[in-house]
Amino acid sequence: MIKTEDLSKHFEEFVAVDGVNLEVNAGEVLALLGPNGSGKTTTVRMLTSILRPTRGKAQVAGYDVVEHPDEVRSSVGVLTEHHGLYGRMPAGEYLDFFGQLYGIDLPTRQKRADRMLAEFGLEPYKTRRVGKFSKGMQQKLALARTLLHQPPVLLLDEPTSAMDPESARLVREAIQDLRSSDRAIILCTHNLAEAEKLADKIAFIRYGTIIAQGTPDELRQRLLGAAIFEIKFRPDQEMSQINLPDNIQSEGHGENWLRYRSAQPEFDNPVILQHLLDQGLKVVSLEEVPRSLEQIYLQVMKDPQIMMDGKVHAD
Amino acid sequence: MLTRIRPALVVTRREVRDHFRDWRILGPILLLILLLPIFMNYASGRFLTFADRYGAYVEPGQVYPFLLMVVGFFPITVALVLALESFVGEKERHSLEPLLSSPLSDFQIYFGKLLAALIPALLASYLGMIIYLFWIYLQGIWFPGGVQILQIFALATTNCLLMVSGAVVVSSQTTSMRAANLLAVFIIIPMAILLQAESAVIVWSNTAVLFWTLVGEILVAVLLIRIGIAHFNREELIGREFDSFDLRSGFNSFRKGFLGDAGSIWDWYRHELGKTFTNMRLPALLVIVVLIGGVVLGASLADEFVIPPELINDDTLQNGGIAGIQELRFYDDNSIAMVWMNNLRTILLATFAGLLSFGVLALIVMVVPIAFIGFFAATTASAGLSPLLFLLAFVLPHGILEIPAIIIAGAAILRLGATIASPAPGRTIGEAWLGAAADWAKVMVGLVLPLLLGAAALEVLITPRIAGWLFGGS
Repeated sequence: MIKTEDLSKHFEEFVAVDGVNLEVNAGEVLALLGPNGSGKTTTVRMLTSILRPTRGKAQVAGYDVVEHPDEVRSSVGVLTEHHGLYGRMPAGEYLDFFGQLYGIDLPTRQKRADRMLAEFGLEPYKTRRVGKFSKGMQQKLALARTLLHQPPVLLLDEPTSAMDPESARLVREAIQDLRSSDRAIILCTHNLAEAEKLADKIAFIRYGTIIAQGTPDELRQRLLGAAIFEIKFRPDQEMSQINLPDNIQSEGHGENWLRYRSAQPEFDNPVILQHLLDQGLKVVSLEEVPRSLEQIYLQVMKDPQIMMDGKVHAD
Repeated sequence: MLTRIRPALVVTRREVRDHFRDWRILGPILLLILLLPIFMNYASGRFLTFADRYGAYVEPGQVYPFLLMVVGFFPITVALVLALESFVGEKERHSLEPLLSSPLSDFQIYFGKLLAALIPALLASYLGMIIYLFWIYLQGIWFPGGVQILQIFALATTNCLLMVSGAVVVSSQTTSMRAANLLAVFIIIPMAILLQAESAVIVWSNTAVLFWTLVGEILVAVLLIRIGIAHFNREELIGREFDSFDLRSGFNSFRKGFLGDAGSIWDWYRHELGKTFTNMRLPALLVIVVLIGGVVLGASLADEFVIPPELINDDTLQNGGIAGIQELRFYDDNSIAMVWMNNLRTILLATFAGLLSFGVLALIVMVVPIAFIGFFAATTASAGLSPLLFLLAFVLPHGILEIPAIIIAGAAILRLGATIASPAPGRTIGEAWLGAAADWAKVMVGLVLPLLLGAAALEVLITPRIAGWLFGGS
């Protein structure tokens, strides 16, 4: 549904996006993560045929972004970083205006606008001017505008920013529903927990270059190493006498716990557990130590040597 | 066509509604519509009474149309604010990007916004003028003819179009209302001058001149709309993030354009200058056509502005005419620098004029001396001398270098001025202009200056001798 090859954008001498390769299929959510000014918005603008790539190709919903810009824009729903609503316009009229721009006939756009407003809890405010809405309500209306023409591709830039927790949850659920309705979604966000919850794939972008991408599990494995497991023992155990099988390296221990790394937990964990039980140790629990996306993000962003494939390259 | 325009009208309708929801726009418009005609009617009555009191007669047919134009002009100044608000204001409030993400083409968005800025201002202007005309009619002193009314309404429309299309050009170069308001000076000052000229023409009561003024204004408005369409594109609107002036980057672009990939002066002359020269074929052709037109125009004026033949016949020339010219300080051997500097000054003046007029005024500056050649050639012929001999004596010796220099310089200036008006695919207006400026500098340094220096030397050292020899002087 979305495919880019060597997508690049230069503004005179400034390289905003450099050789971006992405692929998002129908029913997938890709989270594009990176600091401010890393090239996320420029990438989205190229995928909306607003900016023309300096180099490379991009296809959105089967259309080339340079050859068929009108078709691309008809197939994409864009939630921009700033919602950009018209403050003096009533909410219902606002959706109707965009419905007309997308060529939707009157009965359909009225029906859809009413449904959208109801879904986002804005129905009672249909005739209220948008300028009087709270930030969260404005963001919801902007999202309703994005979905009004039922695009197969969605490009969402910070969809839950400025929203209260309940509204943010509503939007996240809406995104999950959209994914299940076979839409391809690119989500630009700084909210790592949100990205982790929603994204099937994650791409980290820095200085206009994708420095790592993959599923969250692949990225964890690749960037933070094999999974870490923690075993907890009964408090009366003598920790200094505990030893692990020869091929397992300890990652540290505390008063009543021990950590180790395993790339193949399905084989290693039963062996380790048996080994400890054979020593007469009382095991209370064995579980994987959760490693957040934030750890991966910080790891990726702080290390200048991490390149495209997520591997560490020499200078 | 209607299918193409319909989405643009959706944009227009929304914006017009939006304007009328804002009391800061609606209030002044209503005041101008209702109060200005009454005030102008009162002012015209007072003015006529005042003149009458001192025994002076003022033609009502000069006062009333002038004030009708003023009544029509004031409300259209609103169009400037609306246009800046519609283009830059939306950009600043980030509401332009959702519109740019829609399937509408750049032209549809541009056209929709252009109409949205025009409609409220023109409505106010027309309404104000109708109310004023109604007051005049009630007074029964004087009433303008249909043609005059039509012309003044057309004048208000073109003035409005000029302001809006100019505002769009200004808007495309800025990202903030602050910068746009500052740049609006480049619209307000020319409009103020234009208004004074229009006032003079209306008071003069010359329908034909007013008609040609209108034609000229429509042409400029069309040109400005074309520039607006060329620069109102998504790439330029979104790609431009700041209004900052990057001197270093500008200088680097210019230097890159000027030097190209040349490794030596010979390489620069052969490849870079050659390439630029090839790119200037079309403007050079246009300059040649205009210069030929100038010669023809000059020759045709010889019948109108006649120099007495006895001043330039054979006898006069042989009795010291040429010798006299030779004795002027101008033909001193040390005057090469003076002639050269004079020609350089003309080129710089043409460049400056060209920059302000999309290249058009530059052609006028350059065509004037050429028209003189035509004028004197025709005058020589009417005095019974050979015009070819005149050209051979006075023009050809140095013209062999000077005329090509004028053509090359004219082409470079025309290109420089026209760059602003013509779209440059994939380049911003600044990038395209810097490229054209580098090309201008290239041909000036590489060709025009050396050619003019050679021409000045010939003009001082050779031309007077050949002229003297051919026309019998010493």
